[in-house]
Amino acid sequence: MASLKFNNIYLKDWFTIAGPLESNSRLKEIDLKMDDYYYGEKTFEKAEVKMQRVVVERILEKNHLSNNDIDILVGGDLLDQITATNYAAIDIPISFLGIYSACATFPESLIISSAFLNDKGMKKALSVTSSHNLGAERQFRYPIEYGAPRPHTATFTSTASISTIIGEGEGKIKIESATIGKVTEMGITDANNMGAVMAPAAARTLYEHLNDLKRNLDYYDLILTGDLGCVGSDIFKEYALKKYNLKIKNHLDAGCELYLKSQETYAGGSGPACLPLVLFNKIIPLSKYKKILIIGTGALHSKTFVNQKSPIPAIAHAVSLEVL
Amino acid sequence: MNKTEYQKLVKTLSPKEPKFRNAIMAFLIGGLIGFIGEVIVNILMESFGLARVDSYAWLSFILILFATFMTALGKFDNWVTKAKCGLIIPTTGFAHSVQSAALDYKKDGLVTGIGANIFKLAGSVILYGILSAFFLCVLKVVLYG
Repeated sequence: MASLKFNNIYLKDWFTIAGPLESNSRLKEIDLKMDDYYYGEKTFEKAEVKMQRVVVERILEKNHLSNNDIDILVGGDLLDQITATNYAAIDIPISFLGIYSACATFPESLIISSAFLNDKGMKKALSVTSSHNLGAERQFRYPIEYGAPRPHTATFTSTASISTIIGEGEGKIKIESATIGKVTEMGITDANNMGAVMAPAAARTLYEHLNDLKRNLDYYDLILTGDLGCVGSDIFKEYALKKYNLKIKNHLDAGCELYLKSQETYAGGSGPACLPLVLFNKIIPLSKYKKILIIGTGALHSKTFVNQKSPIPAIAHAVSLEVL
Repeated sequence: MNKTEYQKLVKTLSPKEPKFRNAIMAFLIGGLIGFIGEVIVNILMESFGLARVDSYAWLSFILILFATFMTALGKFDNWVTKAKCGLIIPTTGFAHSVQSAALDYKKDGLVTGIGANIFKLAGSVILYGILSAFFLCVLKVVLYG
């Protein structure tokens, strides 16, 4: 069984840094805003490392904690070999697990942290994730100044970094249960339509989550997918209806909720930072939803395999949250 | 739902690209560049007394300089996003692809960065340009001697 229930595990606090475009988007409460993509560093990659370091330092400072109070640091990002997190961890003397599941990294870090706290007697865990638009563009697509025209199905990697403290006993949000997804591949080879790549994985995880925990869709006030984008959201709902007979009404997609239309990001935002960014800076401040199921969706995209004409696999992890 | 059915579903739910509008846009912008080029060639011939062949060489030089300069100022990528192939297909696009790669990889070192990546996008154009020129020449020799 791929679903776990957690006891007494809470999201204690979070800290967000957002890029220039994200700071002026549809978000509400951002802790720290970046004026430019370099963030005082020489390269975009180094800027992303600094973003992660800053969110970790600031969240500890805010909660009057030292490195010794945290048992484990779990995190990842989008750069090859999760470079941003690895390099940020140089200056963070906490036992570290680096993880990768593309844009599903945030829920994966929550699941791993919660499982360690629940079963291994650890007291506090720190989760960190980030993405940097220009770092990702450089790595996955074209040189930045090239400005290659993008189709309307394309999403825009968000620039942000988010850290969260997970601990036992009272906190702001309860981590109630989770479902670990399975790698799903439906024959999509178009790297400019990641929503279509990830939608089947999201639907599969949602179905298995509801099935494992004997719940129906009404149990949740909101189902928040990570970065399917506006196009992927439609595909997700249609696929869930046709394949699993799930009529999803209470759904929002973080990618689709992030940017303003005038920001011309086509199908919306993406990246590992997208889901926590929208969750903590838009959905939670609304105080409208109590039971939220977040489904992080990751396209396990490899440039090499795309060039070799292989379809892109995807994964989705779900975490059930109860806002207190 | 199998993979074929899913791909059909994706196709129906994905927005269509405005191909006709893009083509018209590319035609107009590309044509405009050709027009400007012709004007420059005429000015070079009339005012500077250059031969037509020499003015074409100078024209390429001027367009390439203009495009790379605008890329360096960070303007050209915004134009490409709007004008699409109208700016990519003429020599301006070639210059832009080389310049943008050079700017991008500058931080990765002179050899491992700029040297290894400057023709990342333009490499295909050079390779297949030379190859097709070679085969067309062979064809010309075979047909016309």
